[in-house]
Amino acid sequence: MRNSSFDISKGVDWGVVIVYALLVITGIASIFATTYRNEDLLNGFLSFNTDYSRQMLYFFFCIILAVFILLTDSKFFTATANIFYIIGIILMLLVFPFHTDIKGTQSIIRLPGFQFQPAELCKLFVNLALAKYLSSLDMDFKKLRSQVLASLFILGPAVLAVLQSETGLALVYLSFFLVMYREGMSSTVLWIGFSLTFLVILTLLLDPDILAVMLTVFAGILIFVLRRQFRRNRSLLFFIIGFWAVFVGIQRFAVPYFFEKVLKPYQVQRIYATVGKDFEVDPELMTEDEIRKMNDKKKAGNYNVKQSKIAIGSGGLFGKGLMQGTQTRYDFVPEQRTDFIFCTIGESYGFLGSIVLLGLYLFLLFRIINIAERQRSTFSRAYAYGVASVFFFHVFVNIGMTIGIVPVIGIPLPFMSFGGTALITYTTMLFILLRLDADRQMILR
Amino acid sequence: MPVLYQSRQNVIRIIIAISFLILAVRLIFLQLGSSRYDLLAMDNAVSKSIVYPERGIIFDRKGKSILENTKTYDLMVQPNLLRGLDTAGICQILGINKKAFHERVIAAIIRNGRYRPTVFEQSLNTEAFVKLQENIFRFEPGFFLQERPIRSYPFKSAAHILGYVGEVDSNILRRTNYFYQMGDYMGLSGLERFYEPILMGKRGVRFQVKDNKNRIVGRYEEGKFDSLAKAGRNLRTHIDIDVQVLAERLLKNKLGAIVAIDPQTGGIIAMASGPTYDPNLLTGSLRKNNFSWMLRDTARPLFNRAIKGQYPPGSTIKPMGALIALDEKVITPDFGISCNGAYYGCRRPIKCTHSYAGHAGNLRVALANSCNSYFSHIYRLAIDNPRIPGGADKGYVKWKEYMNSFGLGVKLGVDLPSEDKGMIADTGFYNRLYSNNWSSCTNVFLGIGQGEMTATPLQMANLMCIIANKGYYYTPHFVKAIDGETAADTLLNPYKKRHQVTSIPDTIYRIVQLGMQDVIETGTGRIARINGVSVAGKTGTAENYGIIYGRRQKLDDHSWFVCFAPVENPKIAVAVIVENGGFGATWAGPMAGLIMEQYLKDSLSATRLKEVERIEQEEIIIPIVKQKRNRLDSLRREKMKKVIMRATAMSGKNSDRRQQGEIPFTHLVAIKSEYEEQFI
Repeated sequence: MRNSSFDISKGVDWGVVIVYALLVITGIASIFATTYRNEDLLNGFLSFNTDYSRQMLYFFFCIILAVFILLTDSKFFTATANIFYIIGIILMLLVFPFHTDIKGTQSIIRLPGFQFQPAELCKLFVNLALAKYLSSLDMDFKKLRSQVLASLFILGPAVLAVLQSETGLALVYLSFFLVMYREGMSSTVLWIGFSLTFLVILTLLLDPDILAVMLTVFAGILIFVLRRQFRRNRSLLFFIIGFWAVFVGIQRFAVPYFFEKVLKPYQVQRIYATVGKDFEVDPELMTEDEIRKMNDKKKAGNYNVKQSKIAIGSGGLFGKGLMQGTQTRYDFVPEQRTDFIFCTIGESYGFLGSIVLLGLYLFLLFRIINIAERQRSTFSRAYAYGVASVFFFHVFVNIGMTIGIVPVIGIPLPFMSFGGTALITYTTMLFILLRLDADRQMILR
Repeated sequence: MPVLYQSRQNVIRIIIAISFLILAVRLIFLQLGSSRYDLLAMDNAVSKSIVYPERGIIFDRKGKSILENTKTYDLMVQPNLLRGLDTAGICQILGINKKAFHERVIAAIIRNGRYRPTVFEQSLNTEAFVKLQENIFRFEPGFFLQERPIRSYPFKSAAHILGYVGEVDSNILRRTNYFYQMGDYMGLSGLERFYEPILMGKRGVRFQVKDNKNRIVGRYEEGKFDSLAKAGRNLRTHIDIDVQVLAERLLKNKLGAIVAIDPQTGGIIAMASGPTYDPNLLTGSLRKNNFSWMLRDTARPLFNRAIKGQYPPGSTIKPMGALIALDEKVITPDFGISCNGAYYGCRRPIKCTHSYAGHAGNLRVALANSCNSYFSHIYRLAIDNPRIPGGADKGYVKWKEYMNSFGLGVKLGVDLPSEDKGMIADTGFYNRLYSNNWSSCTNVFLGIGQGEMTATPLQMANLMCIIANKGYYYTPHFVKAIDGETAADTLLNPYKKRHQVTSIPDTIYRIVQLGMQDVIETGTGRIARINGVSVAGKTGTAENYGIIYGRRQKLDDHSWFVCFAPVENPKIAVAVIVENGGFGATWAGPMAGLIMEQYLKDSLSATRLKEVERIEQEEIIIPIVKQKRNRLDSLRREKMKKVIMRATAMSGKNSDRRQQGEIPFTHLVAIKSEYEEQFI
């Protein structure tokens, strides 16, 4: 440990670094492929006016940042986790007076020559703070009180993100529940989460009455099959009946209420569009402005996914070759350098390229889990799981929305999408992990 | 404590793995599942545009082009470039108001989007075009002029022969198995239709890459899939445009038809149908308007009487009766009868114009005098031919065979679409009508070209070719040659075949010809004489009936004349019919004479030109047609008067008022001038 400041490469997991570099470079190449417009190449790269050159600049900055992180003592991260969390919350609150409204999001702080999105950065701070909390000395995570407290840690920034109209970013915070699950949260929570998701999808797909009948029949069959057990275990019966009541209640009342009162019409529409259904809102419930907005968003949302599917679908097995894709070259896919960057891969390199990219991400995630499991300190492990969960959520939702199986929520593809804040955040997250991993023999509190 | 939940890492790994599996499976369906997305992507980004070739040109026998391509100009608009446009200026030139302007721009956006040029005004008239050409810089780049080829007819003639081109409809699309596409133009009638594959040329295709706003950004795959357009090939015809123009002049204000054929080749020199129209009316922006007016005209200017008009041939059929009798050897040229003014062989006497002795002494004089008794008699001889056992039935079958081989009652196969075949009744017809109980007397009128028999003017002209050639003909046709003809062009093959129809020796043929020569020199057809040229001909005065207000009425006789010249070396055979024109010699005769003279001498003398003028000015239209036609015309005139009055008022000092008008002023001028030019 004494030599660590002189030999930063010691203990660093190079596999992760290589995959990281590969992903960022692929990202820059894809941004280049979609935005290059026959300008002078040298000028294009050096002027930093073009998106690809700016992304490269961010990358250089990230390399320097990574070196600094690797040079930092790992105790620094545990020591400052809580402070950073508070700073993060303050930054997110600062958005409200200082934001500029761009493309309907109110989450970006613009300063002269500089702009950033606190909600993005805050993921890192939440991750650190959660790890810190989970690794505290007197922690007994089996207690409900600790679980609720940890949830509040997570949900605080999420609520702020929702208030900034960044539902997508807010949803990312839900991925921290995976960390909590690993650290001892009851698996029932996970199951309930999955069941609820499944139930909501069924609610969207099926007529409410039919679904209610189906649930009732299912509960009836369960009671019939398990009727012998009730004598010994009476609570099981109540348990089943209780579940049935909750499920029916959710699908009959909670979901409609949530869709009508909580979500915005365009969000409901997008969710319906993902399951392939058209959503009709009672026009009387909306103002004219809302209707217009919804129609605009509906058009844009459907158009994005349609074009994105066309681009990826037309890639075929081998793809059309770099810069040969007609869809991504000629701007058919909106947001193709940011949220829809995967289209370029799908069109240019086809199925094989897409699978290789998925493989790289899968490798990265599994590698991070491996790293997590070899940590001796809870802080490092919880932090590593946080990183894995956030990356996993991003990759799955982002690629899923480009191929039309997840509603369009604007979250970037880690390391590849154009955007400084995102790249810096993910790089920092990853290299803090590597720093912690290099010191894995140490027990951090 | 870490050991406590270590197994949960596997649950998390499984969750991640399953999620990635879902993505991969979805990618398999999307990228490997179907080529649907390939097509959609092509649709998105590659625009296929058709490069239209120029249509072929049609020349007459002297190499004059009678059908050409000229250019008209469309005013194009690209809506996204309209900012800051001098709207008032362009409205003034086009004679529209601002409201109409905005409506058209919106229509253009709906049709093609903002970023692609769309037709704003089709086929600009000369006035608007000249103004726009000078001022277009003021309206650029939102507006620009684009040329478009259209057909033009320098002689304003031969409308029925040439036909017209028009946009294909869904019916044609289906019938041609989608060889044509929406918006294509194709020949819809006449030679344009018949020779469509030759005239249209080969379309080229150009693939271009476009971006998300439909702007062209370059060629697709460096033009690897592009193909060049190949211009349509030209047609060389037998038409003599001077004769054609003359024929149309002669038929002015009359219903009828003139057909002139070169017997040696079967090439049609002229084919006119009256009334006709200026073919230029069916090009350009007013095509639909003019077309519907002509469709409603009771005189049916769109109807080609030369190939579709079916008339009883009357006396003009008599030479054919003679040929059949001679070929069947039931008479010799010396055969004669005594006729004293009528034929009494059958129950009802058939009147003859002559009654003096010897006017039917032999074939030659009988022909020259057009003796009804003689031809009724030899018709019966042919039908009751003792060498054909089986009675009138079998004799008639043989007679009909002759008629069909002469080209009557069958389609000749001219190179125009929708030719009619006329009628020669078959035995079944008579069996039904007379319950199998009929004889040569029943239909004896066929011998003098009346009764259950009709023929088209083209068929009649073809009969003259047979007599001129002494027993054979070539199928009448217009096109002599196709430029760049290859073995693959089979369209002209039928016209190279000689049809031998009788086996009568030339010497006997000569007697028929002499009889017809006598018609011209001393008989009823004297009016068709030409100085220094031997002409053979036959007049015809055909009785006919029409149904007027539900009642069958006898109408004025049709005036027929058929002839050929010179007899020794026939160069032209002509058939003329003037509906309800009376005696054959009254109208049809002089017309035929003028046609032959124009063709053989290539000009007309001053006195003959006066004759042309006289005929041109004479109106021969039966009252009922005229009545209905006049009613239609007055309707139209009323409408036009209002329009013209409004136009003149608007074109006056107050130019503001013009902008309020519903119809653009420039349109009105076009309608007005075309209205004045048109037939009547």
